[in-house]
Amino acid sequence: MTDTLDTRTLDDSSPFAGGIVGKARLRKEDPALLTGESKFIDDLVLPGALWIACVRSPHAHARIGSIDSSAALAIDGVVAVHTGPDLADAWAAPLPCAWPVTDDMKNPAHHPVAIDKANYAGDIVAIVVASSRYTAADGVEGVVVDYEPLEAVVDLDDAASDRVVIHDDCGTNVSYDWALIPDPDAVDAAFADAVHHVTETYVHQRLIPAPMEPRGVAAVPSPHNGDMILYSSTQIPHVLKVMAALTLGMPEQKLRVIAPSVGGGFGCKLNVYAEEIVCMALANRHGVPVRWTETRTEAAVSTIQGRAQRQTIELAADADGKLTAVRATLLADMGAYLQLVAPGVPLLGAFLYHGLYDVPAYAFTCRSVFTNLTPTDAYRGAGRPEATYAIERAMDSLAIAVGVGPDEIRSLNFIPTEKFPYDSPAGLIFDSGNYQPTLDRAKELVDWDGRRAEQAERRSAGSTTQLGLGISSYVEMCGLAPSRTLAALNYGAGGWESATVRILPTCKVQVVTGSTPQGQGHETSWSMIVADQLGVDPDDVEVLHSDTAISPLGMDTYGSRSLSVGGTAVWMATEKVIDKARTIAAHMMEANTEDLEFSGGVFSVKGSPDKEVPLAGVAFGAFTAHDLPDGMEPNLEAQVTWDPGNFVFPFGTHIAVVEVDEETGAVELVDYAAVDDCGNQINPMIVEGQLHGGIVQGVAQALWEEAVYDEDGQLRAANLADYLVPSAAECIDMKMDHTVTPSTSNPMGVKGIGEAGTIASTPAVMNAVVDALRPHGITDIVMPASPMRVRRAIEAAGGGAS
Amino acid sequence: MEVSVTVNGTVRSADVEPRTLLAHFLRDDLGLTGTNIGCDTSSCGACTVLVDGRSAKSCTLLAVQADGAEVTTIEGLAGDDGLHPMQQAFHECHALQCGYCTPGMVMAAVSLVDEYDGLDAAGVREGLEGNLCRCTGYQNIVKAVLAASE
Repeated sequence: MTDTLDTRTLDDSSPFAGGIVGKARLRKEDPALLTGESKFIDDLVLPGALWIACVRSPHAHARIGSIDSSAALAIDGVVAVHTGPDLADAWAAPLPCAWPVTDDMKNPAHHPVAIDKANYAGDIVAIVVASSRYTAADGVEGVVVDYEPLEAVVDLDDAASDRVVIHDDCGTNVSYDWALIPDPDAVDAAFADAVHHVTETYVHQRLIPAPMEPRGVAAVPSPHNGDMILYSSTQIPHVLKVMAALTLGMPEQKLRVIAPSVGGGFGCKLNVYAEEIVCMALANRHGVPVRWTETRTEAAVSTIQGRAQRQTIELAADADGKLTAVRATLLADMGAYLQLVAPGVPLLGAFLYHGLYDVPAYAFTCRSVFTNLTPTDAYRGAGRPEATYAIERAMDSLAIAVGVGPDEIRSLNFIPTEKFPYDSPAGLIFDSGNYQPTLDRAKELVDWDGRRAEQAERRSAGSTTQLGLGISSYVEMCGLAPSRTLAALNYGAGGWESATVRILPTCKVQVVTGSTPQGQGHETSWSMIVADQLGVDPDDVEVLHSDTAISPLGMDTYGSRSLSVGGTAVWMATEKVIDKARTIAAHMMEANTEDLEFSGGVFSVKGSPDKEVPLAGVAFGAFTAHDLPDGMEPNLEAQVTWDPGNFVFPFGTHIAVVEVDEETGAVELVDYAAVDDCGNQINPMIVEGQLHGGIVQGVAQALWEEAVYDEDGQLRAANLADYLVPSAAECIDMKMDHTVTPSTSNPMGVKGIGEAGTIASTPAVMNAVVDALRPHGITDIVMPASPMRVRRAIEAAGGGAS
Repeated sequence: MEVSVTVNGTVRSADVEPRTLLAHFLRDDLGLTGTNIGCDTSSCGACTVLVDGRSAKSCTLLAVQADGAEVTTIEGLAGDDGLHPMQQAFHECHALQCGYCTPGMVMAAVSLVDEYDGLDAAGVREGLEGNLCRCTGYQNIVKAVLAASE
């Protein structure tokens, strides 16, 4: 789009002067992916590998009786069938949960293969080992399990009531209660004095993350020296290495984890899964590589699901609609067990239920419960889409109560620009923000006033195709995370990231990053950063990642952290290399270090234009080490581990325009504008791409996707024919624009953008749907707003009985 | 059963189980792993290849059904002079992120452009309905296919 609000991609304060950062650059990842050269996990050739297939409980809750494997073992090519009791000593510990959010959190043992009871439909009860994937699947059909079905707990209130307790050793279905109420008296006083008191309850349905590549695992043992290579389609090879070594009980230095090309993650590959530990254990037991590739239908139950909570939000406001307090109460579904970071997911939203509004008093409480459903965990946005949804939906209700427009209620309450850095009522410090321009521009992009007039015309003309407009202004906290903040939240690890920058003798560059991509284009962006700093061609920079033998230190990719944490580590390591090169260059030119300038890849002496030495000369000199300053180590290499001092807080405004056919209940997205601010942009092409995909994932929650379960805990949308991941036909071209408000949390002034689209879009669409239906008195539609639900809402409201 | 398929211009024969899917034949027997598998209900289109010049989901065909056919996979698309125009358009329009759906999406797009003249954005969206992408939101895919169709 040429007509942009802000033609800049970098603020004047940005440290980048090389002319590379801030401009669209095509991705170096593409040629291999476009030609089939890239190797995803199922592409690996592993001679002699055995395949496993999982026998999964068809019941949501059942005692496991006898298991008869004889028919499976009779199949030519089936090598073994292992049950939970067989494998009880194959690992040192149950599957890990790294986030005990409270000291008394209930965390039932989650065995990779269930021992005596299955707690969700999909829980693994036996493993078939065979010579091929087809034979392993045949073997599953030959395993007969005697189940004693138990009553399933699928409803959140039913779970919280403890009518049926799922885990006997926990004694309750409540995993934890958690609260963040900095000043309870202030909250009570604000609600007591409120002129307007809005109370809304919203449900976030269960979502299936559905990256296009299902998961896969291959464990390759070296039986005699004890080494193991674990290949996994994971977002977190580094975290997985630590956790898998501990869980299996093997020395960490003997384990190497490799994430090959990974076909999307969206949070669901941020975990330690049963199949990873099972493949490792069986590779040890059988002494050969053992592998598994998830089928799509299997993935629907065997990979974590997202969202799954009910939230009540209350707003207190004065007569003008100025917010005086926000109180949020959550009931969250953990599923049958606690996966790696599941307990913390609702709490990642705990700080954001007041959105980007200046609110003096704040209260948040969350109760999380177990159900007999697939475990939940992080899904794109993880806690922040839920928070943004609650506040942005409720702000529309407040606007109605006050009698002002949804744009006006937002403008009235935005945190004023002069208040940054902003001390939030939840205890965070928002780094930077300037919210109003994003709302103004988004309104302009959708022709807000024109659309409002059209909406009124349609209504007065008695049209049955209603128009709806929905605004969502958001701020999110990402760049996870300052390690000390994580400590305060009881998280089991730090939030730093590592990078090494190495200038080779020929002045080509290797960058080693602990960030692990699944499609975000790290190789391109990291190359651009380093090339801009060093004055070299980005094609001369190679980015190495996703293999713990090459990149031993890392915290991986989630929470929109790669650029602001991992990228910053890369930037700092490059600065460190330049500092060393500067000392060598000064020595070569017999000049003082402080007299040297570095620009365009050349060191020169200020005031002596004829005295200069290119980086290439320094690099070769550092390699030969024939004449280095006394005491200096040869070679140009620097390693940095960066622990951020604060989160980053991207923001923006999205507006959705929908048409709702009152006769069929069909909702169609007809226009969409997104105006986002992620600070300085390294590669605006990639920023926009991240937003496109994120927005569609959020729209999909509003309109199409739901992991539908029946009362017995059976998933009724277990494949891509029933679970409606949108195709191109349902989507539209989105109008994009941006502003640039640099972060103060890192030296590059960057924020995250991986989750922003998903965070923003769901409430924009649902506000639009409700806006279209407001003449019927409808104030909410449970997501997804399917034609059936919309029609029923209209009928329940007494309208459109035709 | 013995099957013989001309794949990317070369006759390839193998002895396969009758139940072997064409997708698995290409990947496991011929080592052409560019064709990805993303589902088990013929919904996602990641495994799309050209069979006798028309796009087909290679998980919906048995290898034996392709006996005697000409199959083009993603590995057969780029020539000695570089990427196929559709691959180049995907590159230039940033129409891929993780790249898992990409081989199937590109093959479906090649077939779509070949079958229809004067495609517009709506036609591209309709024509690619059988190919799912979770990363791009499709906006740049539509742009790329339109660019390559010109």
